[in-house]
Amino acid sequence: MNSSAPFTPVIAGSAAAGSAPATPKNVSHRGGPESPTAGALRERFGAAVKRVDVVWGETTIVVDSRRLSEVVSWLHDEPAQRYDFLVDVTAVEFRDAELPIEVVWHVRSLPFRRFLRLKVLIEKGQKLEVPSVWATYKSADWLERECYDMFGITFAGHPDLRRILMWEQYREGYPLRKDFPLRGRFSRSEQLRQALSANPEARYSMDELSIAQAFEDLPDEMRRRLSEGEKTGE
Amino acid sequence: MGLSDHPLAQIVQGGEPWMTTRLDFLVNWSRANSLWPMPFGTACCAIEFMAAAANKYDLARFGMERMSFSPRQADVLICAGRVPFKLAPVLRRIWQQMMQPKWAISMGACASTGGMFDNYAVVQGIDTIMPVDVYVPGCPPRPEGLIYGIMLLQKKIMAERASDTSLRQEMEPDPKSQLYIPPTAIDELSEPFGNSVHQTRSGL
Repeated sequence: MNSSAPFTPVIAGSAAAGSAPATPKNVSHRGGPESPTAGALRERFGAAVKRVDVVWGETTIVVDSRRLSEVVSWLHDEPAQRYDFLVDVTAVEFRDAELPIEVVWHVRSLPFRRFLRLKVLIEKGQKLEVPSVWATYKSADWLERECYDMFGITFAGHPDLRRILMWEQYREGYPLRKDFPLRGRFSRSEQLRQALSANPEARYSMDELSIAQAFEDLPDEMRRRLSEGEKTGE
Repeated sequence: MGLSDHPLAQIVQGGEPWMTTRLDFLVNWSRANSLWPMPFGTACCAIEFMAAAANKYDLARFGMERMSFSPRQADVLICAGRVPFKLAPVLRRIWQQMMQPKWAISMGACASTGGMFDNYAVVQGIDTIMPVDVYVPGCPPRPEGLIYGIMLLQKKIMAERASDTSLRQEMEPDPKSQLYIPPTAIDELSEPFGNSVHQTRSGL
């Protein structure tokens, strides 16, 4: 980690010349102008862009799972796009068993004031696995863990894919899937027995407990102040 | 109770001031009026609890102004809010760390019964993991409701007898299952009720 690099703040809309932020009016449910990113993606990736929808003025792009990492890192690095903020990673399963499970990424370009929704469709019967975008967005770490915890979708390439909301020994399945009963699969006494037998302090990895390693990653200035005895959080 | 027949007021007029009273009464009176709460706030009930502790409702009137964030120095655990299963061992540990004499108030519908959260993640009443003295209904209860619950607890403490050792017995969970009441009782306590009986989603 290069802590000596100067920090340059990203100013929202700085790259979008002359366009003041405005509340859009009369936005139609379907259709309307698509984000300029959609055209750029089609040009760059061709058939990997499977479908482009505009819903309530927001552009949704369905991409090929195999080229997702490429698409995401291009969106992040391309100077004309600069999608520098990953808002959310989630998934959608429909009641209609024929419909595919969708994995959704929300990304935002602060300099251009643009929003983009990326989707990957996983057809029924296929393995629930999509590539991780952790290499591009470090904030994907916990978001992908949550998506894995709730939907059971594996993110290939995630450094530490564990449950995050439910405890790690949780054995009832993935709560937000449609085949999951609302009250869980086990009886209440069995659920309670399993919850109480978990040791709350055994849930954290050694990395999470080790502040010594985190100390090395702090900026020089903060390390100096902490080593002089300054307390954090005061 | 008139002032003259109050046990603490039986001071002989004139001469050396002295009094007689029952030891039970004296101990209970001091305990009931200096309850230090261990606030275990997890949800919106904790906001009402804070309101009860702040100046308008002023828990200090009941000797409770000292929030004890260490369970070792607390007398009454106030569980304010829903308790997810992941938090159940934490709540259990805090209850076990509190020293006798200790009491527990379950504040609000979620802590008492699971409330509207009849789902896979929420404990259906904290009485399935630890003994509870007073249940305060409400979603969330107003500060007056909590104060009424506290006054009920004070009443309960005033009725305690030092000779009754069963009051101070520590709850011992079964070492194998970690449950302190039989599993059938837990299933019965956790049974759905009210509107949640009519929901269709869990069968899907």
